[in-house]
Amino acid sequence: MPTKPAGTLYRGREGMWSWVGHRITGVVIFFFLLVHVLDTSLVRVSPEAYTAVIGTYKNPLMALGETGLVAAIVFHAFNGLRIIAVDFWKKGAKYQRQMLWTVLGLWVVVMVGFSIRHLSLALGGH
Amino acid sequence: MTATIQPPRSGNPSSGKPSSGRIAPKYRRSGGSKGNFEMLAWLFMRLSGVVLVVLIFGHLTVNLLVGEGIHAIDFGFVAGKWADPFWQFWDLAMLWLAMLHGTNGVRTIINDYAEKDATRLWLKIVLYAATTVIIVLGTLVIFTFNPCPVANGVQLPGGFCPAP
Repeated sequence: MPTKPAGTLYRGREGMWSWVGHRITGVVIFFFLLVHVLDTSLVRVSPEAYTAVIGTYKNPLMALGETGLVAAIVFHAFNGLRIIAVDFWKKGAKYQRQMLWTVLGLWVVVMVGFSIRHLSLALGGH
Repeated sequence: MTATIQPPRSGNPSSGKPSSGRIAPKYRRSGGSKGNFEMLAWLFMRLSGVVLVVLIFGHLTVNLLVGEGIHAIDFGFVAGKWADPFWQFWDLAMLWLAMLHGTNGVRTIINDYAEKDATRLWLKIVLYAATTVIIVLGTLVIFTFNPCPVANGVQLPGGFCPAP
């Protein structure tokens, strides 16, 4: 009966799932970036065009979308710094698992802070 | 009786260097037509990544968290920022680094998942075309932008106009 291969840095568990998360958040951010440059380019068309399109973003659904996007960015940023530590720090590979839990802990702290501030501004009316 | 131990196939212990003569040309890591492009791309992802963390966290803080946050964003907000060369170059650096970082990431994903040569080629053509359009467009917008637009001799509303 075949036995399961031993875990490695990049197969199974924290190493693989952080890689999956990094890939998915990276693609999401990239496609947002394409749209974001296009909508910002409307400032070159006319003030009304830009302000009108940005105005359609100012609703509760988009506020949640923005929070999700920032969640993707913050995870990608912190996990990217972890990848750099794995590659360049002598003990990086040894502590990659602890660093992932640190990444997730910092991510929760930052996202709680960001969500409270952004959602209270965006949903709180003006 | 003496036992002869064969040297490892992948290296020459007497010289301490890999004996490239024993490695089939297609497995050699140097001398390929791609040069060290992949290593430079790997390094670029790490260097641009560190800079992007600073640029994007600053961008999000200034645009979403300070003052009245997202409510403040309109034409005048963008005009006010780009009236200052500091924010022009901040946004320019963010545009170029993020687009090249993202493009290289998507290129890696295409190489991983698209198995047919023709599929990979076409996906990369589309990717590089989109990247070129976005970088050129964004750069032109940042530097040809007029924070105080005038149409038919009349100032358009919402602009960031210096007091006369």
